[in-house]
Amino acid sequence: MTATAETAPVLALGDDALVLSHRLGEWAGHAPVLEEEVALANIALDLLGQARVLLSLVGDEDELAYLREERAFRNCQLVEQPNGDFAHTIARQLYFSTYQHLLYARLAAAGDGSGPLAALAAKAVKEVAYHQDHARQWTLRLGDGTDESHRRMQRGCESLWRFTGELFQPLGGAQGPAEDVRPGSRPGGVGDGGLGDGGLVVDWAALEADWLSSVTAVLEEATLSVPDGPRRGAWSAGAGRQGVHTEAFGRMLAEMQHLHRSHPGASW
Amino acid sequence: MTGTPEQGHQEAAGAAAPGPGAGAGPGAEAGSGRTAGEWPLWEVFVRARRGLSHTHAGSLHAPDAELALRNARDLYTRRGEGVSIWVVPSAAVTASSPDEKDPFFEPSADKPYRHPTFYEIPEGVRHL
Amino acid sequence: MSTASVQRTSGAGQDQAPRPGSGAPDTAALEAVFDAAVAADERIEPRDWMPDAYRRTLVRQMAQHAHSEIIGMQPEANWITRAPSLRRKAILMAKVQDEAGHGLYLYSAAETLGTGRDELLDKLHSGRQKYSSIFNYPTLTWADVGAIGWLVDGAAITNQVPLCRCSYGPYARAMIRICKEESFHQRQGYELLLALSRGTEAQHAMAQDAVNRWWWPSLMMFGPPDDESAHSAQSMAWKIKRHSNDELRQRFVDICVPQAESLGLTLPDPELTWNEERGHYDFGPIDWAEFRQVLAGQGPCNDQRITQRRRAHEEGSWVREAAAAHARKHSGVRTEGEAAA
Repeated sequence: MTATAETAPVLALGDDALVLSHRLGEWAGHAPVLEEEVALANIALDLLGQARVLLSLVGDEDELAYLREERAFRNCQLVEQPNGDFAHTIARQLYFSTYQHLLYARLAAAGDGSGPLAALAAKAVKEVAYHQDHARQWTLRLGDGTDESHRRMQRGCESLWRFTGELFQPLGGAQGPAEDVRPGSRPGGVGDGGLGDGGLVVDWAALEADWLSSVTAVLEEATLSVPDGPRRGAWSAGAGRQGVHTEAFGRMLAEMQHLHRSHPGASW
Repeated sequence: MTGTPEQGHQEAAGAAAPGPGAGAGPGAEAGSGRTAGEWPLWEVFVRARRGLSHTHAGSLHAPDAELALRNARDLYTRRGEGVSIWVVPSAAVTASSPDEKDPFFEPSADKPYRHPTFYEIPEGVRHL
Repeated sequence: MSTASVQRTSGAGQDQAPRPGSGAPDTAALEAVFDAAVAADERIEPRDWMPDAYRRTLVRQMAQHAHSEIIGMQPEANWITRAPSLRRKAILMAKVQDEAGHGLYLYSAAETLGTGRDELLDKLHSGRQKYSSIFNYPTLTWADVGAIGWLVDGAAITNQVPLCRCSYGPYARAMIRICKEESFHQRQGYELLLALSRGTEAQHAMAQDAVNRWWWPSLMMFGPPDDESAHSAQSMAWKIKRHSNDELRQRFVDICVPQAESLGLTLPDPELTWNEERGHYDFGPIDWAEFRQVLAGQGPCNDQRITQRRRAHEEGSWVREAAAAHARKHSGVRTEGEAAA
């Protein structure tokens, strides 16, 4: 199953939602407090709902989720990172939901210009606003809570920082090697919000600037320092969007796909 | 707080006995046995839809009002049961005492003239 | 009005009946009022006087019920990451989430009698309070998710519907909410099994195997036979319980037999036959030795379940402490621990 230039960004966003939903689902029965069991499951369910809509725009949702090999997944590496402790999960939520919120707000604002994504964006923007709020609330409490929670939250933010550069790689025509999708190489030019022939028409640089200022504001309010390490590297600069993932992802897929693949052609 | 259920009950019941502790409410009393991570209790009121008043839905634990609201949203409106939520610290609720049930509520029971059905209106009189 | 007449209380959360003692009306008179209210099918509310034993029974039952919801998340959560379709995955996640929610409703109901959730959790973690033994059985295949929905939730609903009329108000109200939400649980389980039963040969076998393993433990969920049930008679007199264990068990068997036929699956009991005279199905003897063994902690998963629960609680303590510390620093609303200090 290959994605076309038009479906590639849809697939990438769908895979992001699918994979992060799966990771959040791993928290079930392990959350630090019962109220948080309910909250994390709500977020996971929102994301799974988004994933199903997005994947269905590309093909059969279950075939795409269960029968693709690791290299065919287009999710960013950030979402596939293991849960770690609650602070690590919250850092991942903060980075990703801030990105998702900014992106879906632009796509929703573009209305019909977003093509098949318009309806999804209009619904998802409200959901992810809540996810972002949840991540912010917890970042503030963990960052400015106890010494231990501060230390854990800071560590979570640091260790995931290098996966955040990938989020702003333009989405489109994403099956080729990285050099094919340099910013500006797409037809449609720099617009904001919408689905052009070559992928999402978004001013990625502006999106990234907004993301940085939003995340910085939350971290500072939480008395955390903004990590100063690189946000891109040889293995994390958009590799996920090209199908190159991290070690933990293969194991995650093995678990997720095993049962479905054990019964070829069965319906459930 | 440890002990048998009976002991737990005795301690808790003691907290509500009128006396120096009564003003602070049993919630404060329960705090004496709390560990650093225990969260206070909140009462949740949900407005099911516009035009209705908020009704008591239940309670939950949260460290502060902001998270109490969010927890309430996640717990009590998972199936679209509400359009607005109030959360109130349980310790802030002042309730009438069951001891006072009679003096509080019985006097209103013998004033049937407060109810419209008290009055007989001739048949055929409309809009009344 | 005396200061004692209007007490500040923590509302529905923590209200208390006054303790019998000096100045209080004598216990016999209070008991008569209580008995009359129960007899008249009125609800007992948190601040009403109630016999100590009634209070103890309720706290124990609501706590055990809440614990069962929370521990009950584990066997099903075991399959969230392996759910074979995205539709099934969404359903399962929502169901496990509901169980956390139901646990919260029930802890909140138990707290109206003055026992805090932390104390109840502490009793669960230290083994001083129980949860339903059914959750000490493992979920070995995907079909177990269906069998739990159909049989375990089915048995739970049979038990719980009468609790919506329980004499204790907060418990009855929590049960109304829970029963409304539970009906989706049972239906999704049945539908899941139906898909397997009508699916490939391997899927059908998987479904039959799951039903074989869950049938007898489900029947045990109704508790020991009436003549051996320690608490039943008093609970029925108090209208905490409305029907006997054996009565509910029979009702469940009668409901399940035709449902199994529609599923195309069999129930693992050769003695299961329609008894025209009784108007009920007869069924074989239940292995109460196994029930007692699992109850005593020797079931297949007792240790695993409680260990996971305890670990989640312990590993979460720094999170709970952080949020409490943040609240103390920022909200201006001092936490009660601090106020007391």
